[in-house]
Amino acid sequence: MDWIGRSVSEMASALQQGEVTAQALAEEHLSHIEACEPKVRSFLEVFREQALTAAEAVDRKRAAGEKLGPLAGVPVAIKDNICVKGEIASCSSKMLENFRSPYNSHVTERLLDAGAVLVGRTNMDEFAMGSSCESSAFFPTSNPWDLDRTPGGSSGGSAAAVAAGFAPIAIGSDTGGSIRQPASFCGVVGLKPTYGRVSRFGLIAFASSLDQIGPIATDVCGAALTLDAIAGHDGRDSTSAKEPVPSFSDALDQPLAGLRVGVVAEHDNDGLDDEVRQAVAKSVDAYRKLGAEIVNIDLPNAQYGVAVYYVLAPSEASSNLARYDGVHYGYRAEAENGPHSMIEMYEHSRGQGFGDEVKRRIMLGTYALSSGVYAAYYKKALEVRRLIRDDFTKAFESVDFVLSPTSPTPPFKIGEMIDNPLALYLNDLFTIGANLAGLPAISLPCGKTSSGLPIGVQLIAPAFEEARLLRASRMLEQEIGWDGELAGCVSQLAGD
Amino acid sequence: MQYEVVVGLEVHVQLLTKSKIFCGCANKFNPDNPNTQTCPVCLGLPGSLPVLNAEAFRLSCITAMALNCEIARFTKWDRKQYYYPDLPKGYQISQYDLPFSEHGWIEAQVEDGPVRKIRILRAHLEEDAGKNIHDESGRGGDSKVDLNRAGTPLLEIVSQPDIRSAAEAKACLEELHLLLTFLGVSDCNMQEGSLRCDANVNLHIQTESGDKVATPIVEIKNLNTFRGVEAAIEVEVKRQLEEFKKTGRKLGDPGVEKETRGWDAERNTTFAQRGKEEAADYRYFPDPDLVPVVVSEEQLTEWRTFVCESPSRRRRRFQEAGLSAYDAEVIVNQGREFADYYERVADAIGDAKQAANWATQDVLRTLNDKQQTIDDFALSSDVLAALLKRIVDGDITVKSGRELFAALIEEADDGQAAAASRIDELIEERGLKVVNDTGALDAAIDAALAESPQAVEDFRNGKQQAVGAVIGKVMKSLKGADPKQVRERIIEKLSG
Repeated sequence: MDWIGRSVSEMASALQQGEVTAQALAEEHLSHIEACEPKVRSFLEVFREQALTAAEAVDRKRAAGEKLGPLAGVPVAIKDNICVKGEIASCSSKMLENFRSPYNSHVTERLLDAGAVLVGRTNMDEFAMGSSCESSAFFPTSNPWDLDRTPGGSSGGSAAAVAAGFAPIAIGSDTGGSIRQPASFCGVVGLKPTYGRVSRFGLIAFASSLDQIGPIATDVCGAALTLDAIAGHDGRDSTSAKEPVPSFSDALDQPLAGLRVGVVAEHDNDGLDDEVRQAVAKSVDAYRKLGAEIVNIDLPNAQYGVAVYYVLAPSEASSNLARYDGVHYGYRAEAENGPHSMIEMYEHSRGQGFGDEVKRRIMLGTYALSSGVYAAYYKKALEVRRLIRDDFTKAFESVDFVLSPTSPTPPFKIGEMIDNPLALYLNDLFTIGANLAGLPAISLPCGKTSSGLPIGVQLIAPAFEEARLLRASRMLEQEIGWDGELAGCVSQLAGD
Repeated sequence: MQYEVVVGLEVHVQLLTKSKIFCGCANKFNPDNPNTQTCPVCLGLPGSLPVLNAEAFRLSCITAMALNCEIARFTKWDRKQYYYPDLPKGYQISQYDLPFSEHGWIEAQVEDGPVRKIRILRAHLEEDAGKNIHDESGRGGDSKVDLNRAGTPLLEIVSQPDIRSAAEAKACLEELHLLLTFLGVSDCNMQEGSLRCDANVNLHIQTESGDKVATPIVEIKNLNTFRGVEAAIEVEVKRQLEEFKKTGRKLGDPGVEKETRGWDAERNTTFAQRGKEEAADYRYFPDPDLVPVVVSEEQLTEWRTFVCESPSRRRRRFQEAGLSAYDAEVIVNQGREFADYYERVADAIGDAKQAANWATQDVLRTLNDKQQTIDDFALSSDVLAALLKRIVDGDITVKSGRELFAALIEEADDGQAAAASRIDELIEERGLKVVNDTGALDAAIDAALAESPQAVEDFRNGKQQAVGAVIGKVMKSLKGADPKQVRERIIEKLSG
């Protein structure tokens, strides 16, 4: 267990220095997965053979003196809604259980170019709809810190895989907090870049105007190195930004001077867990100690975020998921009593292929887009979305970042929220704003509960300010001192 | 019962682009190799994203300009949602409330009737669907789907209900067809579905009590021949009239909805059709995968240079140059290449009428005989102009011109390309030059008279027609002679 639970940059530099081969690193991770994965269940499939072959190729290239990418030999897990050529991309849904993608997503191409070794596809809430990984059609994933608890969601498998030491990097997607909330629950770093920063080509859509791919990693530096690899314009995604892409890792260790950190008074409400409140307050103190000015700001429309989100995201989802109709690919219901009609084929295929949470959101969205209520729901939600965006624009006139808890609670127990979808929706309260406004936001560990569960703090930055966001995060990470925590989690897991 | 026929057309035009509207697949009619011109985007595979083909948008704008439409400076894409197996995403990318163009008109004329302006409500751009192929053997085989056509750029042109007869609907569609071929934006192949037409039909009836009532609107789908448009509307008008007499049902009555009917050309009847969806709520909303298009003044200016003169304007101009309405129509209706050919000849010889006579008679007859288009025609406009110039200048007679015309075509058939220089040689070889030299003429006449004593005697005995034989002899030896002049001269000599 030399390398398990170590950071991305440690592994990358050891590989470059020849201290470890990619094959050895892959084998070590694969045997760790073999030993501990049954407890965590973060993977839908482990790419054992593919990973060893890829690692061997990296070592061969390195031996031949060929130029290698910055992630050459680093194990990376990938969320199951991101297409990898020749592999299944199921979105943890029965609907796509056997759908094998004939093409690579943009992010997959970039990762492979960077030399990453893909170790498996990770479990998630079905079609990324959920905050606990429990809506997966296959099985729930456990939180490596406490196996009775959820890793969060929807990128729960990715966050759990990083926390469990199965891979130092996992790719996630974030529509309303799906990278940041599980990162927070699992004590790892999760970054949702600016909308358009990372191409969505090959990301199976949930809500197109909100979806964004990003890294989950052991530490801030790992997130920066991953973003270096995957960010940038892609002509195959019309919403991909043409903004210049700086190096996110180069200046990472240079602290920022004169920081103004915004905090929102309304965030401190009844729904906020006490231990989360205390841990986040410590982060505010840490910034103060680092010379930052703490500024109270007002986001007057933030309170409508959850309502707006649960109109817009299901509306887009109802449309995006219409293609799963049993005709062309994916699940098709068997006809029971003689051949069924076209409508029956649609109804049965969709009725059987989708789980409850997905159906709930398709129904919500279908209703919100109906001709009689479109103006009252969808259009109104778009208008409020603009107000929420304007609030952030105004706030960023006086602060560099907005700091808040990532999630109002620490990880909850598997099954605890399953009958209360509304309470689960409210768990997204702090994270949704960044998606509605298209802003980059990060979650990083900021402490633990008395029972040893991780707590995350979120920073939101202005659009395309990921470089500064990551530097500010690095400052906090060093001040809080999370080093060794992941290793502790891993050894506890291995010992259990 | 007095009534007025009210018709509006919806015309779908497949644009002649190299690739499809939202992906790089070939845009070619290819029913023999189903599903070979497809990719993840036009198959609607999970994770794929559309990117607008700028050429499709350009061709659309040029067409709309030629239809006298205003081009919107801001336009967006909307999803029109319904389930059908030929629609792989479960929605069609189309334009709803902000089409790229509106408020145009086209002229239509029924035979010798007045030229009428038919207003265009809007033209918008969308993607075509695939094609469902059903087992027509009656053995109940599987239905299949061919997605080669899915994603073909489709321009939908919607007229106002300004059309007042079946014949006018046909004329309007023919005029549109001609304009589209003039512009070269579509191959307009109706058999292959490049141009498809739906007609909205109802009647405004003057009742005996003097009230004006409208019958329910019926949309007749898929009228794919000019004759079909006319016949279907004629039949539908009769049907609506009978229906009204029977039931008295009118537009706006409770329970009266727009009906969709199909056209059965073989049985010469329209028939009730079930819609592709139960109730038509398409739940339009802006496609979040595509960005709106902003059109610049520079683009408009550039595109305007591709807008050619419309057929109706061209007919009018030809008439102003001295052609009959009939000739102008025949020439223009042959298509742009033919009209251009005619016009080059007319300009070169400075005699529109002469050029029109040749174009509409000799040239067209030859093209028909040889099943050729003007592009394949043996005589280039330069050659025909050189030939006609000789006639206009009085160097040769019209009759000689016809002989030369035939000779040039015959030589071309034998592989000798027709060239202007060959005209002089042929005139020389065949002695076709008009003889103005009275000496040569007199000599030929004297010789002919000497050879024809019987004719001379007959003439002198009062048989006027006897000179015919003498004229024939003269013309044989002196082809360029003017027969009228020859006759006068013979009579003069014999009467002298």
